[in-house]
Amino acid sequence: MTRFPRIDPVGLDGLLVRFGDALSEPANRAALAFRAGLERDAPTGIEECATSLVSTFVRFDPLGISLDDLHATLTERLSAQDWYCADLPEGRRRLHIPTVYGGDHAPQLAEAAEAAGLTEAEAIASLSQSEVRVTTIGFAPGQPYLGTLPEAWDIPRQTALTPQVPVGALVVAIRQLVLFSVTTPTGWRHVGQTRARLFQPESETPFLLRAGDVVQFPAISAEEFANLEGDGIRVEPLT
Amino acid sequence: MSALEILEVGPGVTVQDSGRPGYLGEGVSRGGAADRLALAEGAALLKQPVGAALEMAGLGGRFRFGRAARIALTGAPMRATLDGVPLRWNASHAVPAGAVLEIGGVTQGVYGYLTVGGGIDLPLILGAMSAHLAAGISGPLQAGDTIAFREDPGGVSGLGLGVSDRFAGGALRVLPSLQTDVFPKDMRDRFETDHFTRDTRGNRMGVRLKPSAEGYGLEAGGRILSEVITPGDIQIPGDGAPYILLAECQTTGGYPRIGTVIPADLPRVAQAAPGAKLRFRFVSREEALAAERAYRTGLDRLRAQVAPLVRDPHDINLLAYDLVSGVTDGEVMR
Repeated sequence: MTRFPRIDPVGLDGLLVRFGDALSEPANRAALAFRAGLERDAPTGIEECATSLVSTFVRFDPLGISLDDLHATLTERLSAQDWYCADLPEGRRRLHIPTVYGGDHAPQLAEAAEAAGLTEAEAIASLSQSEVRVTTIGFAPGQPYLGTLPEAWDIPRQTALTPQVPVGALVVAIRQLVLFSVTTPTGWRHVGQTRARLFQPESETPFLLRAGDVVQFPAISAEEFANLEGDGIRVEPLT
Repeated sequence: MSALEILEVGPGVTVQDSGRPGYLGEGVSRGGAADRLALAEGAALLKQPVGAALEMAGLGGRFRFGRAARIALTGAPMRATLDGVPLRWNASHAVPAGAVLEIGGVTQGVYGYLTVGGGIDLPLILGAMSAHLAAGISGPLQAGDTIAFREDPGGVSGLGLGVSDRFAGGALRVLPSLQTDVFPKDMRDRFETDHFTRDTRGNRMGVRLKPSAEGYGLEAGGRILSEVITPGDIQIPGDGAPYILLAECQTTGGYPRIGTVIPADLPRVAQAAPGAKLRFRFVSREEALAAERAYRTGLDRLRAQVAPLVRDPHDINLLAYDLVSGVTDGEVMR
């Protein structure tokens, strides 16, 4: 059995601090809090930090600081507190992203609901009332993974890909949601549609979401969706 | 400020600089020139800081200069002429106002670079000028586009640079990755003795390699928790054919990785054209660090290695051209 947390080299210029080998709330919390700590008080030689679901990645200049020295610094920081119950980073926000579920906008709601053992109405109620955390941003620019949903949503990804989901698509699998920043094929099921634009490169605020933010996807009707002014998203500080 | 007018252009010509580090946590990979060494060589030939250049995948284009300029041609060698007169690659040249530069197909390698004296001048997006096709930041250049470049403080042209041959595949040095140990020992041994062929599938995100015989797919380890990806990572997807990630890769991935190509050898990966042979060799961290040191020292020495093009029968036309153009103050010719 691998013991966590653990630190491993990634290529020549990276170190990865892993808090688990599966998604869990405490391990995700640890990764987010550990990264925030590194960014608040950056050890010498660190060039960039990022998080995945349950890990913190540190990129450094391998000629500027030795791997062993940085490893020692990170080990010391790990032992300074229990990261699995650390406070989440400050400055998090709550976003309400209006979502139309099912119908022509999101044709896989019915099959996703069936896989979860729910009626369509129950599925919409469950998804629209769930409060989920941005567990990580990754794969594509500004693209969030959100979790975790109630246990019923522990449904597998499809073996065949959905050929194309549009920008702003809300998809579900393995107790997580993903909101797509680009048009893409996917193995996740398309259950909702939003007007969220997650990455706008030429905007002053190019990224809509940050890891740690809390999101709800309240249900709106197809008619309300058609009449939305802008993206309809409401953002408030999380206290 | 002056402009380079694009008359015709190949499908894979983009503006590239050193990319945008610092956005990994937002899902944006660093991007930037596929062959960073070629970017540095272009800057050294013009004796200017590393900035943005035109990166030309496989095929260049026809470019008209609005005013006199200096240019450098580096990276994968391509057929180039200035108003019909052949130009040497890995060299700097003086271009008179109104001249038309024509850059054809690569003769070896994949990515050629056109650097302009003073440097390309575009608005910064997230701190860089680079197009990032996968992220939807800017895009390939089109005929009719114009590219502004900064005032050139001037300097010599007609200089050349001997470059390391990295345009025909070869051996790649590899460090272990997070999942290297998931691959059985005999498979790792075979991986080091195999001769791989660069597949036709490849772009700025990464390149696929074909094993000589059996692949490297894992029966059980096909699904790991999605984890950070760095350029150079060698993913083994279900088909068992290695896929080496490059500058514009996605930021996370769930395929097991058998190793990571060291940064100093990434230009060689990017410049391996379809059909090129590639091999892998695991190295110690000490050896990888020594290679990185040598790579950076090499970058620092580029300017000192730039030397006037030697006059030989092949160059006479070119030199004559530069002499009559009369646009380069202090041009060195011997």
